Amino acid sequence: MKHLLTTNELSYREAVRILDTADQMAAVSSRSVKKLPALRGRTVVNLFFEDSTRTRISFETAAKRLSADVINFSAKGSSVSKGESLKDTAQTLMAMSADAVVIRHASSGAPQQLADSGWIDAAVINAGDGKHAHPTQALLDAMTLRRVRSGATGVASTGMDLEGMHVVIVGDVLHSRVARSNVWLLTTLGARVTLVAPPTLVPVAMDDWPCEVGYDLDAVLAEAPDAVMMLRLQRERMNAAFFPSEAEYTRGWGLTSQRVQRLEDMGAPTVFMHPGPMNRGLEISSEAADSPRSTVLEQVANGVAVRMAVLFLLLSGDESSPYPSEN
Amino acid sequence: MSVPEHAEQSPRSMTSRVILSTPDIDRALSRIAHEILESNKGSRGLVLLGIARRGYPLAQRLAAKLEQIDPDFHAQQSTGQLDITMYRDDLRRHPARTPQPTVIPDSGIDGRTLVLVDDVLFSGRTIRAALDALVDVGRPNAVRLAVLVDRGHRELPIRADHVGKNLPTSSHEKVRVLLRESDPQPRARGHEDCVIIDSPVVSDDDVARAPGTAGKGPRA
Amino acid sequence: MSSYLISNARPEGGEPADLLLTDGVIGAVGPVGTLDVPEGTDVIDAAGAVALPGLVDMHTHLREPGHEDAETVETGTRAAARGGFTAVFAMANSHPVADTAGVVEQVWQLGRDAGWCDVHPVGAVTVGLGGTQLSEIRAMAESRAGVRMFSDDGKCVHDPVLMRRALEYVKSFGGIIAQHAQEPRLTEGAQMNEGAVSADLGLTGWPAVAEEAIIARDVLLTQHVDSRLHICHLSTKGSVDIVRWAKERGVAVTAEVTPHHLLLTDELVRTFDPVYKVNPPLRTDDDVQALRRAVAEGTIDVIGTDHAPHTAEDKECEWSCAAHGMTGLETALAVVQSTLVDTGLIGWERVAQIMSRTPARILGLTDQGQELAPGATANIVLWDPSGQTPVDPTTHASKGRNSPYRGMTLPGGVRATFYRGHPVVRDGEPATPLTR
Repeated sequence: MKHLLTTNELSYREAVRILDTADQMAAVSSRSVKKLPALRGRTVVNLFFEDSTRTRISFETAAKRLSADVINFSAKGSSVSKGESLKDTAQTLMAMSADAVVIRHASSGAPQQLADSGWIDAAVINAGDGKHAHPTQALLDAMTLRRVRSGATGVASTGMDLEGMHVVIVGDVLHSRVARSNVWLLTTLGARVTLVAPPTLVPVAMDDWPCEVGYDLDAVLAEAPDAVMMLRLQRERMNAAFFPSEAEYTRGWGLTSQRVQRLEDMGAPTVFMHPGPMNRGLEISSEAADSPRSTVLEQVANGVAVRMAVLFLLLSGDESSPYPSEN
Repeated sequence: MSVPEHAEQSPRSMTSRVILSTPDIDRALSRIAHEILESNKGSRGLVLLGIARRGYPLAQRLAAKLEQIDPDFHAQQSTGQLDITMYRDDLRRHPARTPQPTVIPDSGIDGRTLVLVDDVLFSGRTIRAALDALVDVGRPNAVRLAVLVDRGHRELPIRADHVGKNLPTSSHEKVRVLLRESDPQPRARGHEDCVIIDSPVVSDDDVARAPGTAGKGPRA
Repeated sequence: MSSYLISNARPEGGEPADLLLTDGVIGAVGPVGTLDVPEGTDVIDAAGAVALPGLVDMHTHLREPGHEDAETVETGTRAAARGGFTAVFAMANSHPVADTAGVVEQVWQLGRDAGWCDVHPVGAVTVGLGGTQLSEIRAMAESRAGVRMFSDDGKCVHDPVLMRRALEYVKSFGGIIAQHAQEPRLTEGAQMNEGAVSADLGLTGWPAVAEEAIIARDVLLTQHVDSRLHICHLSTKGSVDIVRWAKERGVAVTAEVTPHHLLLTDELVRTFDPVYKVNPPLRTDDDVQALRRAVAEGTIDVIGTDHAPHTAEDKECEWSCAAHGMTGLETALAVVQSTLVDTGLIGWERVAQIMSRTPARILGLTDQGQELAPGATANIVLWDPSGQTPVDPTTHASKGRNSPYRGMTLPGGVRATFYRGHPVVRDGEPATPLTR
């Protein structure tokens, strides 16, 4: 694997390997010396065409914990508004001898174009492109789910998959790269995924997706799923008539205190996930966000570990050279 | 990403010889255990860290033997695993292995006498990486090195304190250590634990032309 | 006096024959070796080649005036000649827009000066393609350019009242409205066909219904006001059904399909290579098959290239910023052979019909799309259907390098193009333009 662009391209084995590596990275984060020399002398460029302080800081922390040099390149708006082209930006980065480019872009496919273009030979890591993919978010979600399962069963998480877990993804699937990447990755790892959304916020022609689609959140929650992942709702969607009002959305598809209470009453194992930042009171109530079932902060911590794992695996050698003698 | 694994079958065009069998390995470990106690003048302050992956079961076995000899030594509380993947100096050139957990005994390693345990000592680069990794974990009073096999060909100024067997090898040969814990595939009796040398096969022509040179090295 | 003998060609795929061209017209046609050939006649060996009436493209973007960095009338018509075309219709979305007699006369004159093929400017239906006010259609019709076809191509005339008025207005001089069928609200921010691939890629979808709804509306309007309608670049199976239904009801509607919609599908968008970004978008294989059948059965009347050259800057960028469109003049006949002839759906006679005779008839051109018979203007393309050639856009005469067939192998090749009796293309490459 030279790049990480989507989760569809990850095999089961590769996905488990990234998560196993991330587990060890997480262990490093709990030491007093939180730094590893693995990427000493390597340069990682955070190329952000779209603001996302959280994701950028997460990647930056990950790269620095691996001793890489980090260059933050904020190109917000420049390319889309026909200022500097993606090509020129890419060639500028090559001139800086970047070993990896972490790219965030509002245009679906920009990371793949960068990887396929021949403009650069650095590893490309997709940090979220348009409505297309956000593979490291899905990986950190999978890591979180694996740890939830490990905590519940007492079995160490290394080597574990998500076979049999039921994950419900709720909200604006149509515009969500997080939902897309999670559908592919979680099902690759054996989970059963159910998407729940108003019909206006589900893509047409998604019959090929390896998941179920429903419109009734309460009916799905009654199955006591292992996890409910609430997607962030962009408030401007309301203006485009995807749903009549915020209140109606919340009543239908929000993780309200009543729904939390019903899960409590059922004794359901359900944990609450959210990629952040949360719209409290819209897609998720404060009761849910602050509940012990919430994994929001674990997700943030696991984000650093997963991104360390991805950087480490992409930048440590290429497969063409044979593995040397162990000794 | 491919996960490189030890080939359990010897590659074609190789011949394999068992150098140490299960009882040989056990005897070697017993001897090393006695040496460790002798040089440390007892078990006081001793911590054993096995280098992932095969150093760790060897460290556990050594610890068990130390406990047998000296009941004051608590094997479980004094044994751990050190993963050196992230400290290798060849990460740029070769795909990394999935890192293994680093497990440090609860009492830590500060001020202790730490014995690093590994299966084979070759270039010395693994031990160099292990010494770097130790710096991030703590500060022992002294670090010693115990290995099951020393096959020579050192590339760094590193020497083992305790060696199970010195094994002169050609650089083209491959030394494999197979242990019950790390390599559970069934093997012949007496070879549940074993050390194997794989040598390149020399063709009949070469043997005929230069008798006695077989196994000394590959053709140019 | 100039004369050329096309020796041993197969007119519209039929029995081999010789064609003698004298002073711009076909002087004689007869069995091989039977014609009286005057001294000094230039003989073109056309063994194995199919002779077709010079192709007529109802849908070309020549980019001049305004986007000369992407294409000029000169380069665009040279590309047309190289592709076997002897007449092209230049769409109105230039800068300034071709919405006045001045602009259309300029384009017409540039075409005459270039001398590679006839250039017929298309007039804009609305001022500046703005969709709110009719442009001076009659002035353009009466200009030297003699505009007969009007289109806001690139944009849809979406206001139903305005569309009705335009359809009515052109009746006074036998004009025709060519509609770019795209419901604007249903395609806001659209990036590709809406379907399984857009769902995967997270690109905003351009649903088939946005095309079909406009076609349905416009065929009804056309019937209501008893006018003529041409549907540009039909791209969906549903559009075919609506046009078939309209024709059965006697509506004077003609339909066009582009070569790329006969071959390429939205699966190519998975590469995110903007060379595949086009409007209307590439559709599904189901649509492609339906469009091919529609050409065979006659529901679709003509092939229009929608040749849309762009500069590298407009294509070598993120998908969502990239311009819509692909070049097509120099690959059109090859794609038609590959998708329709080699598949057994149609023969060369039907190719002559959909790429030359019918477009000429729709637009009232008398010296294009004629039978290859004595007295006809000598607009002829010699097409060699044998062989397979890899497509290399850098060798194209068009300034545009945005060919979606780059790297693909396509059958056949133009051997020569005669434009009013003059060989503007010989041995597959542009020779000399016609001077007058």
